[in-house]
Formats: sequence, C-alpha cells, structure tokens
Amino acid sequence: MNRFGIFQGVLFLAYLLVQVVIFKNAIFFHTAFCFIYLGYLLRWPVESNHMVSMGVGFVMGFLVDVFYDSLGLHTLTCVLIMYLRPYWLSVLTPQGGYDAGAVPGVAEYGFQWFLIYAAPLVFIHHAVLFFTEAGGFDYFWLTLGKIGASALYTLVLLCLVDVLFTRSKR
Amino acid sequence: MERIFLFIYQYRAFFTFLVLELFAVWIFLENNQFQGTRFFNSSNRIAAAIHTFSQNTFDYFNLRQVNRTLAEENTYLRYELEKRNRQLENAHKIPVDPERINQFDFVSAKVVNNSVSRFTNFLTINKGSNEGIEPGMAVISQVGVVGKVKVASSHYSVVTSLLNVDVMVSGTLKRTGHFGTVQWDGSDPDFINLKYIPRHVKPVVGDTVVTSGYSGVFPSGIFIGTVADIQLSKEAPFYQLTVKLAQDFRSLTWVSVIKNRMLNELDSLEQHVPNFK
Repeated sequence: MNRFGIFQGVLFLAYLLVQVVIFKNAIFFHTAFCFIYLGYLLRWPVESNHMVSMGVGFVMGFLVDVFYDSLGLHTLTCVLIMYLRPYWLSVLTPQGGYDAGAVPGVAEYGFQWFLIYAAPLVFIHHAVLFFTEAGGFDYFWLTLGKIGASALYTLVLLCLVDVLFTRSKR
Repeated sequence: MERIFLFIYQYRAFFTFLVLELFAVWIFLENNQFQGTRFFNSSNRIAAAIHTFSQNTFDYFNLRQVNRTLAEENTYLRYELEKRNRQLENAHKIPVDPERINQFDFVSAKVVNNSVSRFTNFLTINKGSNEGIEPGMAVISQVGVVGKVKVASSHYSVVTSLLNVDVMVSGTLKRTGHFGTVQWDGSDPDFINLKYIPRHVKPVVGDTVVTSGYSGVFPSGIFIGTVADIQLSKEAPFYQLTVKLAQDFRSLTWVSVIKNRMLNELDSLEQHVPNFK
C-alpha cells in the first residue's frame, strides 16, 4: 500500500468516527443535522476513476448506515452524489483545467468556487436523504425545513474544516 | 452481441451507478420491512462498543437528573409494595395461578445509543439474546412506554422507539375506556398523536392515556402520556388528540425490557379463530 492509500484510509476513518461520535449527537432544534462525512467524499481527488469513487461513496454510506441503524439510506445518497460529482466538476472546470492529482477544496480553488461546487451536491444529498427517510412527501414542509437548516449547517462546517485543516498552496 | 458489450462498456459508469443504487434501495426496503439484517446495525460489536464509549462520556452530564428519577421511582415502588402487601393480607384465601403472577418478566438495560430528531428513531441497549431478549418484546422506562425490540445480537439490542413514524401502539383513554392507535407524526419529540377515538366520546385535556394490552406485547395500563390538545373537525368520524409524552426521550438512560411468558399461548389461541386479525 502506498502513502496515498494509507493517508486516505486514515482520513476516511477520521471522518467516519467524527461523524458517528460527535455530530450524531450535535443536532440543533431537532432540525439541523450535520453530515460532516460528506467532506471526505467532496474532497476525493478530481481525476479519480468514476467507478472507484462511487465505490468509496458506497463504503462510506454503508458504514455510516450501520451506526445510524438506517441501512441503505446513506448508501444510496452517497452513491448518488459520487455519481453526479464528475459531471458537476467538469461544468466547473477552472481556467487552464485541473492540475494532476488535484483535490477540490477551499485552499486550492478559493472559497467562492468551493461553495458553488459543494452547495448543490450537499443540497441534493440532504433532500434525497430526508425525503427517503420520511417515506415520501407526507411531511413536506417539515422535511424541507430540515433539509435547508441541515444543508446550511453542513456547509458551514465543511468550509471550516477545509480552512482549518488544509495548508494553503498560495 | 459484441455491440451490446461495447454499449455496456461505454456507459460502464452509469451501469455501475445503477447496480450500486439498486442494491442500496433493496437493503433499505429490506431493512424497513423485515426483521432481517442481523449483523449490519448498531447492535454489532464494534459499532456498539463505540456508542457505549461515547454514551458513557455523556452520562456524567445527566447524573443529577438520573438520581432524581431513581429516587422518585423508589418512592413509587415502595408505595406499590405496601399496597400489594395489604391486598395479599386480605386475599390469601383465593387460589391464584402462579403462572399468571409471573406472567411478565423484566430485564433492566442501559441505553447506549439514542436519537429523537429523525423520522425513524432507534435506541441501542446493552442487553441481548444472552439475557433472553428477543425481537418483538416491549421496552418501557420507569415513567412510560419506550418501544419494541427490533433486533437482538448476543450482547446488544436495537429498539424501535415510540418516536418512529412507522410504529403504532394500541392505547386507551383511561377515564372512558375507549381505545385508539398511538402514532408519532415526526415533528416534536414531546408529543404524540392518539387516533381513532370516535366522536361520541368526550375526552378532556389532562386525560391519561395508557397501553390497552390488546396486542399482548405491552402489559395493559402502562403510562403513555396525558391529552394536551383536542381537535374535532366538522365531518371527521374521529378525534385528533395530541398527547404529551410522559417519558422525555431525550434523557433516556435506563429501560426495562418486558418478556410476556404467555404471549405464545395468546397468539396460538387467536390463530384458531379465522379472520381474527
């Protein structure tokens, strides 16, 4: 196993543990949930194989589900955003294209770019997650409120983690 | 044939997506409908160990409240014991079936994982099949109803909370004796709905709601809550009752699992009657 593999493995476990130990309990007003593990999936290297990245999403979602007792729920949403991600990334290609081995993050491409990149994916993830969990559109406004509040909460935390824990290359 | 393979190869990412997604949807539906999926839930050893660690840390912040509820429970139990002693003094002449006295068996367990904010909430407790816990058993706290056991591993069990939009429990208005269905609407963890109380009944705010005992899972008379709000629209056949839950699910630390020793007898009796359920 090379250094890249070990580093990614440790990072994967760190995100998973932080999610299920801390953020599983850090819920505001029974509406705002934080799914910080999305940070790992969003910062997966740009030029990685499409199927490998869906596999990573699958494993991450599955493990989160084991802790949340919601088998399949996070799995299907994670696979969905990992499927959509390369298309969204190619729409957002910066001038001169991505560098080899680039990671989409705040330090690399700036705050504004990251927000445009992450916000729709986070929103889709939360929308599918909460509507599936509610079992349809019976509780529409309540669910929509949860989605909005949680997306905001997750995005703020994602930006914070990105700024605090990655070294700026500029 | 070659062109089919070429086509699949060209869109391999999409087909991988389809396969993974269908698998995820399948396990999601499977998990919700049946009591299968023995291993991949929070009662497996590693997940439960991590939850136990995190719960133990959070426990220190609840100690004061736990102490108070335990003291309250002690007083209540002492009172009940005295009452029972009096009854026994008077009733010693009537022969009583010892099986009926021992019908319900209690196992005390600690909550190691809990949630109240999702639409489908679950608890994990630290007793499992080694202590005789089986799927379908009732779970109560010292205050009221908590839920039903969903899966049990050897040392842990996952309990479907009463705060779960898929769970229905038969409940009775204690004062009038009419029964309905208790079900959560997914919004506020302090309140739950009591449905199907017919309109000729006159419930008032403050009425006690207890379990009916009809399903055989819960013993009858276990406290659920008190009526907090009553609504009756003009042409509806039933009331819409909002019940304030007796148990604060956010501060749940100790629960009891109830084993009904006569459940098999009840079930096999009811199965003899065609179209009973």
